[in-house]
Parts: sequence; structure tokens; C-alpha cells
Amino acid sequence: MSAGRAVAAAGDSATFAFTAENVTKANAIVAKYPQGKQQSALLPLLDLAQRQNGGWLPQAALDYVADFLTLARIRVYEVATFYTMFNLKPVGQHHVQVCTTTPCWLRGSDQVLEACRHHLGIGVGETTADGKFTLSEVECLAACVNAPVVWVGDDYYEDLDAASTVKLLDGLAAGKPPKAGPQVKRQTSAPANGAKTLVRKGV
Amino acid sequence: MLADKDRIFTNLYGDQDWRLAAARARGDWDGTKAIIEKGQDWIIDEMKKSGLRGRGGAGFPTGLKWSFMPKKSDGRPSYLVVNADEGEPGTCKDRDMMRHDPHKLIEGCLLAGFAMRAVAAYIYIRGELIREEQTLQAAINEAYAAGLIGKNACGSGYDFDVFVHRGAGAYICGEETALIESLEGKKGQPRLKPPFPAATGVWGCPTTINNVETIAVAPTILRRGASWFASFGRPNNTGTKVFCIAGHVNTPCNVEEAMGIPMRELIETHAGGVRGGWDNLLAVIPGGSSTPLLPRSICDTVLMDFDALRDVKSGLGTAAVIVMDKSTDIIRAIGRLAKFYMHESCGQCTPCREGTGWMWRVLERMARGQARLEEIDLLLDVANQVDGHTICALGDAAAWPVQGLIRHFRGEIEDRIRKAHVAPSRAA
Ligand SMILES: Cc1cc2nc3c(=O)[nH]c(=O)nc-3n(C[C@H](O)[C@H](O)[C@H](O)COP(=O)(O)O)c2cc1C
Ligand code: SF4
Ligand code: FES
Repeated sequence: MSAGRAVAAAGDSATFAFTAENVTKANAIVAKYPQGKQQSALLPLLDLAQRQNGGWLPQAALDYVADFLTLARIRVYEVATFYTMFNLKPVGQHHVQVCTTTPCWLRGSDQVLEACRHHLGIGVGETTADGKFTLSEVECLAACVNAPVVWVGDDYYEDLDAASTVKLLDGLAAGKPPKAGPQVKRQTSAPANGAKTLVRKGV
Repeated sequence: MLADKDRIFTNLYGDQDWRLAAARARGDWDGTKAIIEKGQDWIIDEMKKSGLRGRGGAGFPTGLKWSFMPKKSDGRPSYLVVNADEGEPGTCKDRDMMRHDPHKLIEGCLLAGFAMRAVAAYIYIRGELIREEQTLQAAINEAYAAGLIGKNACGSGYDFDVFVHRGAGAYICGEETALIESLEGKKGQPRLKPPFPAATGVWGCPTTINNVETIAVAPTILRRGASWFASFGRPNNTGTKVFCIAGHVNTPCNVEEAMGIPMRELIETHAGGVRGGWDNLLAVIPGGSSTPLLPRSICDTVLMDFDALRDVKSGLGTAAVIVMDKSTDIIRAIGRLAKFYMHESCGQCTPCREGTGWMWRVLERMARGQARLEEIDLLLDVANQVDGHTICALGDAAAWPVQGLIRHFRGEIEDRIRKAHVAPSRAA
């Protein structure tokens, strides 16, 4: 969690409502939980709102979700400020989130982060002037045997170094990101020089 | 080396299709109805005999845990909640199970849920695992369409639902009571126990929380028999286990092996050995970030199981092995973990909220040598005051790596401090 984050004041983005498609999705999410337990849908609905709103949640979206679930607004604010995936300020089109926890650090996350800083010309927590990139540092992403790892959008880019990080950033800028997953020749979490187990016969 | 025929996760690396047809060809959903027909008591007894201990970190016996659930409902439904919040640094095994072998988890939900008379399973997956959630949901849809779950699951007469719930970025939600709070749509702040979840869990109903791996191995145990599973490892530490091997090894990887495999054999057989050779090893964190590090002398001979690692004052945890060679600044490595715990503390308890940040700041100074020698004991004292004095085990988890560092590398910290104090006069 991250303490001390504030809800953006009204006026940043004055109105919000789910699209018709998202109303359908939201109702399907609410239906997953028992009758009367619609608060359980809060996290997924905030995620839905954030996706609809270009990656961040203005107060209007929080209030809309509160009303949608008939919850007190304060319940929604305290949840939105508790979870790090909810962005309470605008973020760039590509939110580049670099893992720097010890397993990634041992394998060069400093160089990956430095490549991002240098190539994008911004610091951690900043957004490029053209609004294309925001750079963040994040904690372990649960992909440590493919360290270092960078998370952008819905995908992980793994087994990075400075050069492949620059390639990733250039690819994103050009609208042609590399294939997600390991950026070296490797089958997911198997050893890079080939699996020694689960070797398929006749393959 | 464990034989491929004895591996449970036969698509761990995802080189084959995860979908239902391929999963069935690998043996999933085979005879599920017949297992259900043997009844709740048989399933729980078989799980007890297998010796399976929870794979989420604490190693609680799984069959025993399931037996705590009410046998007769007092009107409230019971739930199974699967902990897929995987966030302990070093750990990345549940992710592979969900993206490459999702049907093992779904079949496990049905069998575990049936055994504890639950009406549904909620799989709480960490929010960052977006693609994994998509795969898992697609696999669940397949299972519904094939009549494997839902009404009259597998033709057994038992009705059972499986839902996925996404988190939103908070390591603390992996703690089981925080996970319940989060599933209820609240801040993930741990609850005081008792009451335990088996009495009052999600929505005030009896609930059992199990790790992904714990649930995903259950169908194979029930199919192949408790004695098959128990034939691996040592008494009280049985079965196979997925290990994650990260850090300074030549080929980091996940691999399923027999419990109790020697650490050195695990690293050298599967991860290509330590960078620069075994003699270049400095220390290993054996079971995820919270388990105290072990210096090379212990790594030479230690076995990878609950009891062996407990005997050397560490733990198996999530079996996430983090290897550090001699180039590692060990104070910084542990200091970065202290920062992790500071960032993830939910802030409810003073020792954890204040202690995690304090320990990080002192370690940062110590890494630069800008500390006094007496502060090493002070740091240990603060770690000991956090350990065991908080609502949940995050406080303990934050203290253990620091205690381990001082236990085995006190000399290194002292040298750093002494050198930094000599350096200015030399430069002058
Ligand atoms: C701070 C903290 C984080 C945890 N994170 C996880 C996690 O991500 N996944 C998990 O399965 N267990 C996690 N646990 C352990 C759970 O509380 C619980 O013991 C476990 O899910 C039980 O499952 P098992 O009996 O199958 O091991 C965490 C515990 C603590 C104190
Ligand atoms: S120990 Fe830390 S994380 Fe756990 S409840 Fe207390 S403050 Fe929260
Ligand atoms: S430490 Fe980076 S993914 Fe785990």
C-alpha cells in the first residue's frame, strides 16, 4: 500500500459514467458475489472505471462507483487510496513499472531503471511532456526467475537488460511493442539453455 | 532427479496448450466423479495421510485444516478461498500454475470445496497478473461448459461454483484475513484472530484459505493416492514441490522436485549452478524474502524442506530460493527487503508501521558505513521487538531477514562501519 495519497479534487475531470458496455460488465461482476454483498465488487469496478478513463481515477469516477454500488463515498476513497494499482493522478499512455525488489535488483534492475530514466528523460513518478510515458518503480511482480521485469499495460516484459529495455521503450513509442514475456530466447520460466525436465518425446 | 512421470505440473513451462482438451490428455479431470463418490471423510483422510502441508508459506497440514470446517451448516454457506495473491519476493510459482495448468487448480477447487462442504470457491488473484487471470477465467468457462463445475458438477449431484476475484496491488492482501477484507471490498487490513476463518471468514461465513499450489496438487494426490505423494521427501515433509530459483545462478528457473532435495543439488541440477561456481556463493535466502538468509557453509549441506530449514533457523516458506554470489552487497540486498516491508505494511500496528521504516533507514546508513557499531545491537533489538508483537505475520516477516543478516554477517557490517570511519582521515 502507499500512504499519503490523496483523491484528486473535483474539477480535474468533472463527470464520469460507465459506458453501456461497461454497465453490463459491472452488473455481471456484481452478480459473482452473494446478494447484498455488492461491496465485494468494488475493486473490480474501480479497475473497470480506471480502464475506461485512460488509466486513472478522478473523484467523479470514485463517486460514480460509490453510487453504482450504493456505498458511502468514504468507503470508496479509502479503498482507492489503499491499493497501488489505482492511479489517482493522470498517467501517461504507457505506464512503465519497473520492479526493483531484491531478486530483480540482483539481476540488474538498476540498469533497467537507469535505461528508462535516460531514454525517456524523466525521473521515477514523472510523465513525459508528450504524455506518452509514466515511469514508476514497483515491488516484486511475481516473475522473479525471469528478472529483471517491467510491467506495461496488461503485460510483463522479462529477462531485460539496458539494451532490451530501450528496444521495449522504442517499440512502445512506435506502437509496435515487442512480444511480451522473456526478451531472451527462453520458454517462460524454464532454464534459458533449455528445460531439463518435462522434455517431450518426439517433439 | 525426480522422474517426469512423478511430476504433478506436467505443463509447468507452458510448452503445451492449457485448454481443457490438452489438460484432459495430461490426466486432469480423470475420474473426478468417482473421487467425489468416495465422500468427504475419505478425501480429508487421504489428504491427511499424504502429509501435504500448505504451500503458501506457513506449512500448515492441509487435511487437518479442511477438517476444521463445519460438517453441518447452521444456515450459513461455507466457502473455499484460494490465495493467488503471490507476492512474497522471490516467488513466482502460482503464476505458472494458473497460466499453464489452470485446470489442475479448478479441479482442485471442486474436490477441496466438496470435501469441506463449500458452495463456491473464490480465487483471489493479484491484480498485476492480468493475462493469468484471463487464462484462468477462460479455463473456468470451459469447465462450466463441459459440466465439470456448476450445477451437478461432473455428474456428481454436487453444485459448486468457481469465481475469480482480482486484487489491486497490495502484498498484505496475501495474509489470509487481509485477503478476506479485500474480497469484501475493503482495505486489506488483517483481522485479529480468533475468530479464525473456519468459524467466521468471508461475509461472516465459514471459510478456508489455501494457496494455489496446495489446491492444485490435491486432485493428483487423490488420484494417485496418499502413499504415492508421501513416498517423496521425508516424514512430516512429504511430496513434490515447485521451487523458484532466482538471483545469481546461471539459469534461473522454476522446477518441480522432491521435497528434501539438497539445496546444492537443486541449484546445480536445475539452475545451472551459482554464477562463477559454488565457491563463489555468498548466501542464499531459501524460501522467499521473509526467510532468514543462510551463509554458504550451511548451504553446502542443508536439505530443502520445512524441518531441515527450521533447524538452521530459517524456513522453507514458499520455496523461493534467492541466490547471492560474492559480488553482492549483502547489507543492501537485505536493506532493499526492509524497504519492501515498509512499503507493504498496512499501518495498523505501531511496531510494524514504525519499525519497518526505521529498520530500512538504519540498514541504508549501515550499507554506507554511516553508523555506529552499537547500532547493530540496537537494530537487532528493534527487530526482536517487532517480531511476534503485531497483529499479523508481516511484522515477523520484516524482522526475520534483519535478524538473519546480523546472525551471519555481523562482521561484514562492522567492517563496513570501521572502513567508513577510517576513510575520511585517509583522504585528508
Ligand atoms: C504478509 C503475508 C503475506 C502472505 N502472502 C501470501 C500469498 O501471497 N500467497 C499465499 O498463498 N499465502 C500468503 N500468506 C500466507 C497466508 O496467510 C496463508 O497462510 C496461506 O494462504 C494458507 O494457505 P496454505 O495452508 O495452503 O499454505 C501470506 C502471509 C502473510 C503474513
Ligand atoms: S503487522 Fe504490519 S501489516 Fe500486519 S496488521 Fe500490523 S501493521 Fe498491518
Ligand atoms: S523481484 Fe522483480 S519480479 Fe520478483
